[in-house]
Amino acid sequence: MTTQTPETDAPVPAPSPSPRALARQRRRDTAVRFWRQYRTHRAGLAGLAALGFFALLALTAPLTVGPDVQSVTDAPGRPLERPSAAFPFGTDRFGRGVLGLVVWGARVSLLVGLLAAVLSVAIGAVVGITAGHFRGWYATVMMRITDWFLVMPTLVLAIALATVMSRSLGTVVLAIGVTSWPTTARLVRAQTLAVESRPYIERATALGGGHWHIMSRHVLPNVMPLVLAQTTLMISSAILAEATLAFLGLGDPTTVSWGGLLQDAREAGAVSSGHWWYLVPPGIAIAVVALAFTLCGRAVESVLNPKLGVAR
Amino acid sequence: MKPSLLDVRNLEVTYPGGAAAVRGVSLALDAGQKLGIAGESGCGKSTLALALLRLLPPGTRVTGEVLLDGEDVLAMKWGRLRAVRWAGASIVFQGAMHSLNAVHRVGDQIAEPVLLHSGATPAAARKRTGELLEQVGLPAARAAAYPHELSGGQRQRVMIAMALACDPRLVIADEPTTALDVMVQAQILRLIEELVAEQELGLVMISHDLAVLADTCDRLAVMYAGRVVEEGPARDVYEDARHPYGRALSAAFPRIGDPAARFAPRGLPGDPPDPAGLPPGCTFHPRCPVALDTCGSQDQPLRDAGPGRRAACVRVEVPVGAGPGAGAGAGAWERPGTDAGQMPPSAVLTADGSTRAGRDDGSARVGADGSARAGADGSALPRTDGPAQAVADGSVCAAAGGSARAVPDAGAAVVSEYEDGAPAAVSESGGGTP
Amino acid sequence: MTATPRAASAASPPAPAPLLSAQQLHVAFPGRHGAPPVRAVDGVDLDIRPGEIVALVGESGCGKTTLARSLLGLVPTSSGRVTFAGSPLDYAPRALKSYRRRAQLVLQDPSGSLNPRHTVYDAVAEGLRIHRYPGDERTAVAGALARAGLRPPERFFLRYPHQLSGGQRQRVVIAGALVLEPELVVADEPVASLDASVRGEILALLLRLRTELGLAALVVTHDLGLAWNIADRVAVMYLGRIVETGEVEQVLTAPRHPYTRALLSVLPEAPGEPVVLTGEPPDPSRVPSGCRFHARCQVLASGEAARAGVADACRTEELPVLGAGTGTQVACHWVRAKAARAGAG
Repeated sequence: MTTQTPETDAPVPAPSPSPRALARQRRRDTAVRFWRQYRTHRAGLAGLAALGFFALLALTAPLTVGPDVQSVTDAPGRPLERPSAAFPFGTDRFGRGVLGLVVWGARVSLLVGLLAAVLSVAIGAVVGITAGHFRGWYATVMMRITDWFLVMPTLVLAIALATVMSRSLGTVVLAIGVTSWPTTARLVRAQTLAVESRPYIERATALGGGHWHIMSRHVLPNVMPLVLAQTTLMISSAILAEATLAFLGLGDPTTVSWGGLLQDAREAGAVSSGHWWYLVPPGIAIAVVALAFTLCGRAVESVLNPKLGVAR
Repeated sequence: MKPSLLDVRNLEVTYPGGAAAVRGVSLALDAGQKLGIAGESGCGKSTLALALLRLLPPGTRVTGEVLLDGEDVLAMKWGRLRAVRWAGASIVFQGAMHSLNAVHRVGDQIAEPVLLHSGATPAAARKRTGELLEQVGLPAARAAAYPHELSGGQRQRVMIAMALACDPRLVIADEPTTALDVMVQAQILRLIEELVAEQELGLVMISHDLAVLADTCDRLAVMYAGRVVEEGPARDVYEDARHPYGRALSAAFPRIGDPAARFAPRGLPGDPPDPAGLPPGCTFHPRCPVALDTCGSQDQPLRDAGPGRRAACVRVEVPVGAGPGAGAGAGAWERPGTDAGQMPPSAVLTADGSTRAGRDDGSARVGADGSARAGADGSALPRTDGPAQAVADGSVCAAAGGSARAVPDAGAAVVSEYEDGAPAAVSESGGGTP
Repeated sequence: MTATPRAASAASPPAPAPLLSAQQLHVAFPGRHGAPPVRAVDGVDLDIRPGEIVALVGESGCGKTTLARSLLGLVPTSSGRVTFAGSPLDYAPRALKSYRRRAQLVLQDPSGSLNPRHTVYDAVAEGLRIHRYPGDERTAVAGALARAGLRPPERFFLRYPHQLSGGQRQRVVIAGALVLEPELVVADEPVASLDASVRGEILALLLRLRTELGLAALVVTHDLGLAWNIADRVAVMYLGRIVETGEVEQVLTAPRHPYTRALLSVLPEAPGEPVVLTGEPPDPSRVPSGCRFHARCQVLASGEAARAGVADACRTEELPVLGAGTGTQVACHWVRAKAARAGAG
């Protein structure tokens, strides 16, 4: 390695940067490097484009369709109209435009998916890191609880939770988040154990670092890639779970979501009576968003994998 | 004439990424001989070992010739190559821990090549396994053990037994004793020596520890940045290296009891070069304590450095008509040994296979030449501004043939063909690690 | 072996109070599956004086690494005690933390001992942050890097470990230890995973730090050449005990313990016939009775011990733990018998 020769030098920082400026520059460098590598994953880029499209749709929905689109009473069209110039995706059983409903429903689906995934991964990461760091009885208890949650069918548990609690978005988020963390916890614990066996952990201990120092400075940054990738993957399953709950009638009845639309369609007998336009748009939207998050998750995973990132 | 057991001619290996790991290595080995290859990580010595049996990853460009008993390994068909890989030559890899399969009994792992290559019956293979284990100093009953039940030294013995399974004629040992304790290392080295002597094997032993190689091998080649920079009889190279890199390597492991090494660990500033971005000229010049200005632009071929010895250093001797004035462009120096005039007949290791045949005039001429120059130019500036060890004992700059070697006087060191006499820029370009 | 044992090196004036001292130190690990406990360190007395470099030499599995870690409080001791600067080591978290500011660890594998996600700056500043260094962090980091030979330090601040060579990484690790201005460094095989040409540079750095900063060091190694290169004193360890200790010149040029003799005799450059011991050190969970080396001892095997009349003692009589003093000491019945006879006659 000839990293000493001037040609291969990283840009020499300005004469006297403060530690904070150094940290900022480092973070910028990391972000740039991340993006440069992410760019090489074509599927990841496609997923990102799809996500960007749906995010834009959801964020601009108040301007494009407005909350009135949900209103059953002033529905603009007749019930169950076929797709036409006025209603590109047709109308639902109340005469509302399906296009507008799908656009508006994106807000709920994405929000719930995001929040539930973050909640689930956060619980999983905390349990995983602490169980990996503190061995002994704490780890044993934590992992037995994890195992218990792992073998419980997630959906059944979520349905039970959603049934006993009040029917609102918060409930849905909580029901999904609290039931889906065990896989993350297992993964994070395994990674934590791997990190803890590295010599730099011993070096940090010998320097006088305590539990908090080791978990926050060494373990967390090293499990972060895994957590990030896990989050993106978890979002798609959270969106699916939300759709499932809504489809089963356990969602918030006052809001429109993609799962809720599908349930409406089923109740209206769209499956048997051939009203395909009622079913297809929300179904495709769910599939595309879930797929897009999965693609992004895979790309993020392969970019952040420490083995690929370091071994050069 | 019977061909040598192993004859490598101008081997070059370039990895898919463009890293030139081996850049024109030629060496030869006879049965019963032991050749040591020394060098640091990244110098291409392990790549060389893999290239000998075509074990490199696909996409790697390999040129040159690897003649095993006169047959070119690089041109072989697959079937023949497979046969050669165990029966003709075999490798003992470094890190016995990882080279053994953890879920198979060691006996089965030793028997595998026997079954595959000699078509023996399972019973015969089992018998052979027992013999092999006893040969390497393990009880035959250990065949039933799993790798994790063995100690590091025992695992290394198993690896050697595996390598011997098909009675190869050549054994390549890649760092066979790295990560072993001194005592176990001594046991393994002794075992290897005995086996080589008993079975008339050819041995290529690769290590970073010059002292171990000097103790075990007959001849020694020192590699740096994919090339052989020095070679000769093992003891001579170790005790009196001609190339500054060879000297640094042999000084790195002190002789206990040597007062000069007490409280004076010796190393070399800088780091081994990256095969993907080699420095121009002599690849060693950024770290060289005795570099000349011209070293930065001129590649140095292997040249004669005494009886049976060769070194690739400008200070050893400068070929006729190719002094700094004449050879400013590096073109003439692209391949080692394009100047064919200086191959001594005794050289086992030559820069170019075609000039291998006996050439009696070579050494004499060069010797005369070198010493003449030395006398004439004796007043040329020695590099006393470098680290003290640089020229102090005069052997770095000694010319060929032994006559010019007797210039031990530190002040009067010979810098042949060095006319501008302004050796200002020394090796501090080694960078941040002074 | 022409070097006559020279006077003790300049760095160790006559017996100053030891900086770090181990007394009757034992470390045992519980045996797995009902096996007897593993007596990794089995009674060790060891002193390290300020500014002194002590090499702890032995084969893998002899307990040298465990001993080094127990001296830093990284491994709990089962009995005996460790004293640092006159006061016994306190294992309460707060006391341990302040001890770890004064005694530092340098590990064998520089690639592993740096977090791949931390820059050089972060790695060196880690100790400062842990101990809430009141001064200017940047100056301290730059100073430590420069002292460890990475110049100019600013150029290395933003590098990641994978962008450095092995030697540079080890320098970063050493800088990270130096930044807290410790009094003692425990280095576990500091050059074992480095290239031969870089090895000397790192050892020279350790020597320079001793001269410039008065740093004391315990260097754990299996490499006797390293001890010859930099150490003032050497302690040879076998199966949890120190079997021979003393000034480097004496122990390495005129070894007395059969084990030390064998170790030195198998070095490539050693004069005389190599004494290759067969087998490997026994399992530390089953330490042999008598002298712990007797099963492999070449002196006992050749019958020389019997001629000296100590063969029975070798097999049955345990040797006392060697003292921590500076003089050369050997834990061997045969050597003692010879010395007694020489003293008497």
